[in-house]
Amino acid sequence: MVPIHMQRAGFDPAPELAELRAGKGIKRIRTAFGMEAWVVTRFADVREVLSDPVRFSNARLQEAGRAPGLPPVSPEERARQLAGNLLAADPPEHTRLRRMLTPEFTVRRMRRLEPRIREIVDEHLDAMERHGPPADLVAEFALPVPSLVICELLGVPYADRAEFQARSNRQLDLSHAVEDRMRAARESRAYMAKLVAGAQADPGEDMLGMLVREHGDDLTPDELVGIASLLLLAGHETTANMLGLGTLALLRHPDQLAMVRDEPERVDAAVEELLRWLSIVHAGTGKMATVDTEIAGQRIAAGDLVMCALPTANRDPELRTHPDALDVTRGGAGHVAFGHGIHHCLGAPLARMEMKIGFPALLRRFPGLAEVPGTAEFRSFSIIYGLTSLEVTW
Amino acid sequence: MKGDLVAGVHADRDVCIGAGMCVLTAGAVFDQDDDGIVVVLDEHPADVAAAREAVANCPSGALSLTEE
Ligand code: SF4
Repeated sequence: MVPIHMQRAGFDPAPELAELRAGKGIKRIRTAFGMEAWVVTRFADVREVLSDPVRFSNARLQEAGRAPGLPPVSPEERARQLAGNLLAADPPEHTRLRRMLTPEFTVRRMRRLEPRIREIVDEHLDAMERHGPPADLVAEFALPVPSLVICELLGVPYADRAEFQARSNRQLDLSHAVEDRMRAARESRAYMAKLVAGAQADPGEDMLGMLVREHGDDLTPDELVGIASLLLLAGHETTANMLGLGTLALLRHPDQLAMVRDEPERVDAAVEELLRWLSIVHAGTGKMATVDTEIAGQRIAAGDLVMCALPTANRDPELRTHPDALDVTRGGAGHVAFGHGIHHCLGAPLARMEMKIGFPALLRRFPGLAEVPGTAEFRSFSIIYGLTSLEVTW
Repeated sequence: MKGDLVAGVHADRDVCIGAGMCVLTAGAVFDQDDDGIVVVLDEHPADVAAAREAVANCPSGALSLTEE
C-alpha cells in the first residue's frame, strides 16, 4: 500500500489529499517506513514548514530513532551514511556544504553548459530516429540525457551508468525489501568511494576534481562520497522523470504541446507550469518539529514528524486559479516543485536548462510524436514519481 | 514622494543559498557572483513588479523590498 502522501491519480494528487487540502489541511498518517507523521497539504502551510529550519529540522530526523523493521546499523556506519548529505543537514553544517557547491550551479554557469546539453540531446534524438518507431521514450531519451549530463558534470564514467542506475532504482523504489534497498545504498557508497579516491589522486576538471582541489582540506572523504552520491542520484532521477512524465502530459494535451513545440518564447513558462502541475517529488524529505508549535491550526509536538505534500501545495487554488488545469501560457516560478527554504533544490537551474532544451527539441524532431496506447506505466512506489516506460511512435 | 513608488532592494548575502531564482525572475535587478551568492545590480529598479516577484520567490528569504 502506497502511503497516502505519495498516492497519485495519474498526473494528479490523490483525491483524498486534495479533499484534505480543502478541509482541515493537515492529517496524521503513516509513512512508508511505518512511522507516524503529519502531512501538510496547503501551499501557505507547506511554505511555512519548509522555510523554517529552526522549528522544522532535517538533521534531527536522522536521530529520531530507527523506523520499525529496519535492520540495525552501527553508529559509525550511520555517521558515514549521513556525511555530506545536504538533505540530512541543518545550518550551520548545511550552509558550509552548500556554499562549496553553489558556484557550480549558478544560472551563468548553466548557460555555459547549454551547448553541451544541446549536443547530448541531439545525439539521443539522432539515435532514436535511427532506431525507428516504436521506441521507449524513457529508455531512449528521458533517462539517458540527464544521466549523461550529470555524469559529465560530476566526473563519473558514463560507462558505469547501467550499474548505478539499477542501484539507484533499488534504493528509491519502496516496493523493494528494506534489506535490498540498504544493500543497494552500501554498494553505491562503495562505488562512489572508489571514484573519490581516484579524484583525490588525480583531480580532473569536473566537479569531483573541483571539490578535491578547492575544498580538499575542509571535506572528509566520507563527506565527498556523500555529496557526490546525492548529486548523482538527484541528477538522475528527477529530470529524467520530468522529461518522461512531462512528454506524456503534453501528448495528452495536444493544444499545449503545439505551443511548446512552435512558440519558443513560451518555453520558460511551460517548464514552470509542468514542474508545478506534475510535482514529481511527492514530499521531499520529512522534517522533525524541534519545539511544540502549530501548523494549519493543528498543534504539533516537539519530536513529531512532518511531511509536506508538494503536489497538493502546487495545485492549491490559493496559488493559481483553476490549479488542476495544465496551462503552459501562465507558468511562473512561484511553486514548490523544487522545495522551498534552505533545501531548495541545488540543481534547479540545471534541471530547468535540460527541460528547456529537451522538450522543444524532442517535439520538433518528431512533430508526429504519439503515445502507443496502453504502454505508459506510472511508477507509483517510487519516492520520485514518473514513468517506468512510455512507448512512442512518430 | 508624492505618490510615486521608489522601491529599495536589499539582499542578505549571509542568508542567500545561491538558488538563482532571483536572477531568473529579475535578471536586470539581481546577479550571482562567482560563488553563486546574490548581488544586487539595481537597488531602485524600474520594474518593481519583477523585483517584488523575485523577493517572494527567493527560497531562503534573503531578499527584501522597501517601498517609500
Ligand atoms: S533567489 Fe534568494 S537564495 Fe537564490 S540566489 Fe537569489 S537571493 Fe540567493
